[in-house]
Amino acid sequence: MAHNTHEIPSTEERFEFSSESKSKLLIAAALGVVLVAIGAFLLNKGWSIGVWESHGAGHGAAAGHEGGHAAAAAHGGGEHHGATLINRIIANLWMNSVYFLGISVVGMFFIAYNYVAKAGWPVTMKRVAEAFPSFIWVPGAILIILYLVPATRHMIFHWTHEGIMEKGSENYDKIIATKSWYLNMPFFTIRLLAYVGVWYYLWTLVRKYSIAEEQEGGLDYYYKSRNVSKIFLLFFAVTSSTSAWDLSMSIDTHWFSTMFGWYHLASWHVAGLAAIMFAVLILKDKGYLKAVNSSHLHDLGKLIFGFSIFWTYVWFSQYLLIFYANLPEETIYFRERFTGHDGRYWWPFHINFVLNFFFPILILMARDSKRRPTLLKLGCASILVGHWFDFYQMHMPGIAKDQGGIGIIEWGTTLTFASLFIYFVATQLSKANLYPKKHPFLEESLHHDI
Amino acid sequence: MADNKYLVGVFDDEDEVLHAVGEVRHSGVKIHEVYTPFAIHGLDRALGYDRPRMGIAAFLFGITGTCCALLLTFWTMGIDWPINVGGKNFFPWPTNVPILFELTVLLASFGMSFTFFVMEGMGPTAKPIIFDVRSTDDKFIMAIDLSKNKLSEGEITDILKDSGASEVNVKEV
Repeated sequence: MAHNTHEIPSTEERFEFSSESKSKLLIAAALGVVLVAIGAFLLNKGWSIGVWESHGAGHGAAAGHEGGHAAAAAHGGGEHHGATLINRIIANLWMNSVYFLGISVVGMFFIAYNYVAKAGWPVTMKRVAEAFPSFIWVPGAILIILYLVPATRHMIFHWTHEGIMEKGSENYDKIIATKSWYLNMPFFTIRLLAYVGVWYYLWTLVRKYSIAEEQEGGLDYYYKSRNVSKIFLLFFAVTSSTSAWDLSMSIDTHWFSTMFGWYHLASWHVAGLAAIMFAVLILKDKGYLKAVNSSHLHDLGKLIFGFSIFWTYVWFSQYLLIFYANLPEETIYFRERFTGHDGRYWWPFHINFVLNFFFPILILMARDSKRRPTLLKLGCASILVGHWFDFYQMHMPGIAKDQGGIGIIEWGTTLTFASLFIYFVATQLSKANLYPKKHPFLEESLHHDI
Repeated sequence: MADNKYLVGVFDDEDEVLHAVGEVRHSGVKIHEVYTPFAIHGLDRALGYDRPRMGIAAFLFGITGTCCALLLTFWTMGIDWPINVGGKNFFPWPTNVPILFELTVLLASFGMSFTFFVMEGMGPTAKPIIFDVRSTDDKFIMAIDLSKNKLSEGEITDILKDSGASEVNVKEV
């Protein structure tokens, strides 16, 4: 009898974060920084190893196809839109911060909606999602610092330029000035702090209750977590959209899209779910999470599949409306990505679509493939890389402009962020029993069978 | 309809019926069908049913829908009566995606529904056999076709009782 044969696993599963893996991760993080330095140095010398860097560095630099170097000197100081190698590094920091901030906060999102929906099945993998938000403050702090330092702020946000909202100034921009009620320094600072602070704080509460529940049991902590989850969902309902406007859409200040909040959230969400799946599969490979059976994987796989389609739907809806209406002030956003900056963003834009739609739909559609770890890993890897490209094409054209590329700098920054992320998540995982033995829905989850 | 004699086991609990299905099949009795007020996970597996092949039907109907939509939009907008809309191509693919999507979904869903009705013999004139009206309320009904079983009525009744049936009735249709 299939339904009665669930093996009840051991009730103590403590993840061991060995000092060897710790040092490996830290070395990888340091290696990332070194790679960025090497990449920057090489580009400055005029050598490029990456892709799409060889289109020439735009204005002035007469290095032909070996371009891609900084070309900073050739720009001259006075040019308003001039981008340098520094822009590219800052853009990398910004996009990776936004990407990993999203993956981290989706761990909390996942827990919160499952609490509110009274879902029992994800309980066995609850600790994995619960570990993710511990990383929130790192990308959050980087975002805040990049925003507060005037030099980097000006690189990222066109709307923060001196006098751009003052009538009579030579930088005055009427369209941007009408947005001053929302895009202004104090309000934006408060918002940034609120996102990072409140998301992180609500997570610490849920985490605290979860650990206390492990000791004491009972239903009190369950209800408390549910209440925190409700507050989080209410807050996240608004801030998921506003953070999308602030962190990504306001880079291209003139342009706006009413779909953008959803699009951004869909991107974060599916990337976060794929990361949760990856973590679960890796932990299972190492012999942990014995209580997670193929039905759990199947259900999480369905969520990933569904939300990758949802992302495509929103992404395409945004594109279709703009394509159809064909208003210059809207199409400029896609024009910049298709042919702007020597067409260097054409490939990232289209790879984005292939990795986030075609691969997942082909790999994850069948029932069996959602139960096979190898195929799941393949699909999730495609989604994780794909959404990295999604954020790449959201941020790069606006910040790095004609200095964008995919090269050592990009690999280095991403490596650093990813290693730090894994380090934080693994630290949290090692702090609590992976098997939430006193969660009220545990029994339901153990018998999950579809 | 041929005169068939069915044994109808009535169970009070979903776990009981799920368990009983295994036991009854194990003792060599062929089960006609199990009727429950709600879906029970794992029941189809316990009954030894094959995985439904509805997905294949869905794919075939869906791809038909996509092709129809492509033909429709391509023919009407691109060939038969090209209209200049905002200076775009006569066959701009993004504008046709909603139609492709809708027709795919429409044909897939209708196709699946009709396939289901046909395969299950659920036409408008079909007369369902109601073994026990309580299967729509709070009882779980296991029907066994006696003509398709070698064991005698008494033996099967015992098997049903042993596996936890609260009552066993005879139904002739």
